[in-house]
Amino acid sequence: MTNQSLQEIISSWIPELEFTEEGSQFLNITVQPEQLHQLMSQLKTNSETNFDYLFCLSGMDWGKELGVVYHLESTTHRHTIVVKVKLSDRENPTLDTVSDIWFTADFHEREVFDFFGIKFNNHPNLKRLFLTEDWDGFPLRKDYVDEINMVIK
Amino acid sequence: MNIPLSITKTIYEFLLGFMSEGAANIGSMVTIALIYLAIFAVAGLYLVLLERKVAGWFQLRIGPNRVGWWGLLQTMADALKLVSKELTGTVKADKFLYNLAPYFVIITSLMALAVFPFTKEFQAFDINIGIFFLVAISSIGVIGILLGGWASNNKFALIGAMRSGVQTISYELSVGLSLVTMVLLTGTLQLSEIIEVQKNGWLIVQGHFPAIIAFMIYMIAGTAETNRAPFDMVEAESELGAGFHTEYSGMKFAYFFLAEFINMFIIAAIAATVFFGGWLSPFGITESIPWLGVFWFLGKTLLLVFLMMWFRWTFPRLRVDQLLTLEWKYLLPLNLLNIVLMALIVWLNLTIQL
Amino acid sequence: MDTTIENSNLKSEDYFINMGPQHPATHGVLRLLLTIDGEIIKKVEPDLGYIHRSIEKMCERDSYQQIVHLTDRMDYLSSHINNEAVCLTVENALEIEVPERVKVIRTILDELTRIASHTLWWGVMGMDVGALTTYFYGFRDREMINDIFEETCGARLTMNYNIPGGLMFDIHPNFVKRVKEFIAHFKTKLPEYDTLLTGNVIFQKRMKGVGILTKEDAISFGASGPVARGSGYSCDVRKHHPYSALDKVTFNEALRTEGDSFARYAVRIQEMWESMSIIEQLIDNIPEGDYKVATNAVIKLPKGEFYERVETARGELGVYVVSTGTKNPYRVKFRSPGFSNLSLLNHISVGGKIGDLVATMATLDLVIPDIDR
Repeated sequence: MTNQSLQEIISSWIPELEFTEEGSQFLNITVQPEQLHQLMSQLKTNSETNFDYLFCLSGMDWGKELGVVYHLESTTHRHTIVVKVKLSDRENPTLDTVSDIWFTADFHEREVFDFFGIKFNNHPNLKRLFLTEDWDGFPLRKDYVDEINMVIK
Repeated sequence: MNIPLSITKTIYEFLLGFMSEGAANIGSMVTIALIYLAIFAVAGLYLVLLERKVAGWFQLRIGPNRVGWWGLLQTMADALKLVSKELTGTVKADKFLYNLAPYFVIITSLMALAVFPFTKEFQAFDINIGIFFLVAISSIGVIGILLGGWASNNKFALIGAMRSGVQTISYELSVGLSLVTMVLLTGTLQLSEIIEVQKNGWLIVQGHFPAIIAFMIYMIAGTAETNRAPFDMVEAESELGAGFHTEYSGMKFAYFFLAEFINMFIIAAIAATVFFGGWLSPFGITESIPWLGVFWFLGKTLLLVFLMMWFRWTFPRLRVDQLLTLEWKYLLPLNLLNIVLMALIVWLNLTIQL
Repeated sequence: MDTTIENSNLKSEDYFINMGPQHPATHGVLRLLLTIDGEIIKKVEPDLGYIHRSIEKMCERDSYQQIVHLTDRMDYLSSHINNEAVCLTVENALEIEVPERVKVIRTILDELTRIASHTLWWGVMGMDVGALTTYFYGFRDREMINDIFEETCGARLTMNYNIPGGLMFDIHPNFVKRVKEFIAHFKTKLPEYDTLLTGNVIFQKRMKGVGILTKEDAISFGASGPVARGSGYSCDVRKHHPYSALDKVTFNEALRTEGDSFARYAVRIQEMWESMSIIEQLIDNIPEGDYKVATNAVIKLPKGEFYERVETARGELGVYVVSTGTKNPYRVKFRSPGFSNLSLLNHISVGGKIGDLVATMATLDLVIPDIDR
């Protein structure tokens, strides 16, 4: 399906979404954190979109906001879409988990928690994945300072 | 050359010259035991070298060839290294059982070697329950393995020891029953008598069809009994570290290791004696030179040892439950049917006599 | 006196074993915490991070040419393909058209890398299930490929031959001849592999019906590569989003539907045959031309986000670059195939035995630096 028809279908479910195609090869949707889970489960279950393959879940730090970028693909229709969600609270960022929709999100969200500090509600096992349990701080944030381990040119 | 082949008698009579009868008896037994111990300790080492060379050939490489010409001193060097190692142990290990376990295993292996007839009258201990003795001795070896695993106070060692115990006990049945199949042909358990019977043709030829089946079952069960691949789940290095001898080092580890190779030799020697005529030459070609029998015996045994090594380096290993299924659902019923078949053949006089 | 189990003082606890970071079967530094009941596994929990080198953070301070050199330490068995992923991202972002010669050579080296990775996988697979000889046979064939790489690229494992814009230097004059010799040699060896391992009854009983992964689970867990293709999900990036010279060759995608360990094994063996067929189609007609296109010394990607997917020997590698127009990327995320493949280990091992776990892990073909990045 083309990006145009995807945009029409998806905007009919939730009106407050923002769509853009500039600066990227795919259709980007920006969604509010409260509507994330609803949008995601509709994207998967709706038979015309049928996005059943979550192939990349990345944490992002946009300077002022933290967030998560989801790359979704459909195995039947073979179209791809990108969903972004931004959180303005840097002290205590929380988001709904999508690991009940796609099982792969389990490990990916643990990685995002480990490196960015974003907590996911209803996650089955939210603990640090790569770093040790007692590590202080969230390394991939832009304001992370570590004199010992980081080499800055 | 007239080398008296009946060694026990020779030594006994030699000692009778200057000791009383009882002391001469004990003296001859001790001497023979020490000679066997010396020979087979070294032979065990050379079996290890043979295994490493054979493994190298199968894997397109040479194997040890630096220490001594053609690598012949390699295992001597390894033995010296093992002797000089520190004897470690875990903190909460049961000290007495931990130290006792290797001795069970090595002593039973060496005891079994006493009854083999290397050639006519060259046999340390010719009792009339020969085969029964051998099977009984190999059962005692299991105790050593279980003790070693338990006393190490290590989860992996315990799992390995339990697996090994189960495996050995199951496969002893098959070993015993396939030997019973051959005893039906010979009518005696005494090893030298079994070889006398084979002067009319080796037992595998005499018993044709059921004897061949018995031989195949015996080789499978014998390989399983010594915990060698493809039945070496016990010491599966890719899974559990080293199984029941994880916590042993130095000389105690050497005992376990050596006992495995001597057990392999024993299984092959029993097969050579019972199925392939022991020290008899094929068609009696060197009948008149009795001491050549040693070479025939060793040749046959080493061929079967090579066969067991071939298995190890070719096949993947069976999972524990597949191993036990093989024994209890396939080999054991097949064995029982085979015994009935052999009994019928002997009763109806259908054996091949040359 | 009440002696029933519920009311007595006997309690049974789960037996907990650690297949620790140093273990012959875990193919790298992976720690698995196993909860077992006798021989049956109740839970597998991987513990990662032993070889985490913060490659993504390092990419944020390095230039684009330097990032290429970090990628081949991730999945070191498909290092050439990893390099190509980043180079393709940069080239597509800057809209540079690389010469045909470069595309063909990149594809040939990709497929050689895939064969090298699969022969190593095969050797180690045999070793894990107990056939210790297969290790040597697999490495013997891999040595020939390593020698070809050494002559052309200068290194045996971490190639660093791709740069954004083309190749670092031209191929060696002996390259075509040696690749043809290798193909002729390997065609006689692959049937040997089948005789030794694939047709063996013991091996088949260890692998068939073990570690079953259904197609829906494979898609939901994000599996890719031979793991997903063994369950019937057609996900070969070379077919669906072709890159380099892949649109000029014809090959079949190896697909099986059973989803057990034997299916994944068979998929990889078939992939080796397909790779050889791709190389044969390309090796005789390498087009003449330049081996690279000149780029600026300081590469700056335009503002925006770029995503590129390639098929490594393990599965689908994704490179996601967010750029703000400066000479360093703002954020780089590597979507590694092993990460998603590892997440399904718990799901397919529960209820099986420890021996099955080892066989399953061998067919998942995990390289831990790829997971830990």
